[in-house]
Amino acid sequence: MSDRALVVVRAGALTTVQDRGRPGHAHLGVPRSGALDAPAAALVNRLVGNAPDAAVLETTLNGCAIRPRSTVIAAVGGAPSPVGVGGRPVAWGAPVVVPAGELLEVGAAVAGVRGYVAVSGGIAVEPVLGSRSTDLLSGLGPAPLTDGTVLPLGKAAGPHARVDVAPQPRPPAELVLRVTFGPREDWFTPAAVQDFTSRRYRVSSASNRIGLRTEGPALERALSGELPSEGMVLGAVQVPPDGRPVVFLADHPTTGGYPVIAVVRATDLPAAAQAAPGTPVRFLAVRRR
Amino acid sequence: MKALPVGDSALLVEVASVDEAQALHAELLRRRAEGSLPVREIVPAARTVLLDGLADPVGWASELTTARIPPTPSSTQVVVELPVRYDGPDLADVAALWGVSEPEAARIHAATEFTVAFCGFAPGFGYLTGLPTRYDVPRRATPRTAVPAGAVALAGPYTGVYPRSSPGGWQLIGTTDAVLWDHARVPAALLSPGARIRFVPVGAA
Repeated sequence: MSDRALVVVRAGALTTVQDRGRPGHAHLGVPRSGALDAPAAALVNRLVGNAPDAAVLETTLNGCAIRPRSTVIAAVGGAPSPVGVGGRPVAWGAPVVVPAGELLEVGAAVAGVRGYVAVSGGIAVEPVLGSRSTDLLSGLGPAPLTDGTVLPLGKAAGPHARVDVAPQPRPPAELVLRVTFGPREDWFTPAAVQDFTSRRYRVSSASNRIGLRTEGPALERALSGELPSEGMVLGAVQVPPDGRPVVFLADHPTTGGYPVIAVVRATDLPAAAQAAPGTPVRFLAVRRR
Repeated sequence: MKALPVGDSALLVEVASVDEAQALHAELLRRRAEGSLPVREIVPAARTVLLDGLADPVGWASELTTARIPPTPSSTQVVVELPVRYDGPDLADVAALWGVSEPEAARIHAATEFTVAFCGFAPGFGYLTGLPTRYDVPRRATPRTAVPAGAVALAGPYTGVYPRSSPGGWQLIGTTDAVLWDHARVPAALLSPGARIRFVPVGAA
């Protein structure tokens, strides 16, 4: 293999390749996928001079370590964490040089959940339906990284950004998700609709790239029947039989049979991607734009 | 017809039957193809069609609920033929539910022209309609942990073919060698919503 490649030395808890996903295939049962914290992925790409659709690594809670075979510019963003090159600490949220054969270490997140690692040239695995993203629901795209995985890199495109440290939003202490009601709020009792936006939930540790699961008051249904499967959108708040709301994230199924009580504003989803288990969640009803 | 806004940029259009959903889906595809409906995703389902990535869902809600939806144009489409062996482990149970012999159950299935009502569950998994409602069957009481790729299966009013091995609770009546999903192929999915399908028995049943 050419030296435009990197070796995964420590894959971490769950590290996947992500870009802007593969929208447009939902009618075939193909999830959109893509980076959960899309602004963070876009920022690290910009820092290393990549195009906005270049593929990056998305880490989960405990980072990863990679060794590029040729000298690259790298940037780490999203969840704040220590970053090291060749054993020496370097800046987080800034472009850094990683000489050929040196180790880039991304430590455990000090806050938030998902870290993003961009490397100049981008991760150049073969795209599937126009995207290099790993889709954990349907298994499209490259498998989650394991120790020893070798990933090809693309040609470095532009000059990297001249910044010291790029400003990034802090992971939320409380996750406030603005929602518009519907399409199926009439499947719930008035008390449940009231509880949904007035009571407090917490992020469940069962959350993943498919959905942000919550713990809190169970929402009681007014209708008992079965809803025929219908199309699902990103940010849909689906309520399964246990009554605890699930916010659909990038790898969500394209259709589903549990009623959707409300939909989260797209601009609030990056914060949802960074809300660690236990974080308080409040659903705030807003008017449809 | 009811049109329910979904968030800020999607619309769920609800109709009374799977046939109406197919007709609505065909009409929405036609409007998108002619350039009058700018939308990212058109996702049909059992009683609904979701339009996702719409600039003005509320405006489209009033436009679509007053629109006249012509019945599905069916005669123009090519029929996709899937070779099948009716050798599934649940064929006997299905035949018993239908009150016919196993060869007769296979004959009924193979004589039916199906339509892909919608996809979901897995990339390339189509929900095929066409059997009369008297042939609806329940799911297995206990789902299988692994259904092989190519399994032809029934549940409720639907026939489906598993694109790859996965857990599943449908009644397995046969097997096809057709490749339902190949992401390196164009198109990747053999079955897409609106397609017409016929199962053609091969070899000894």
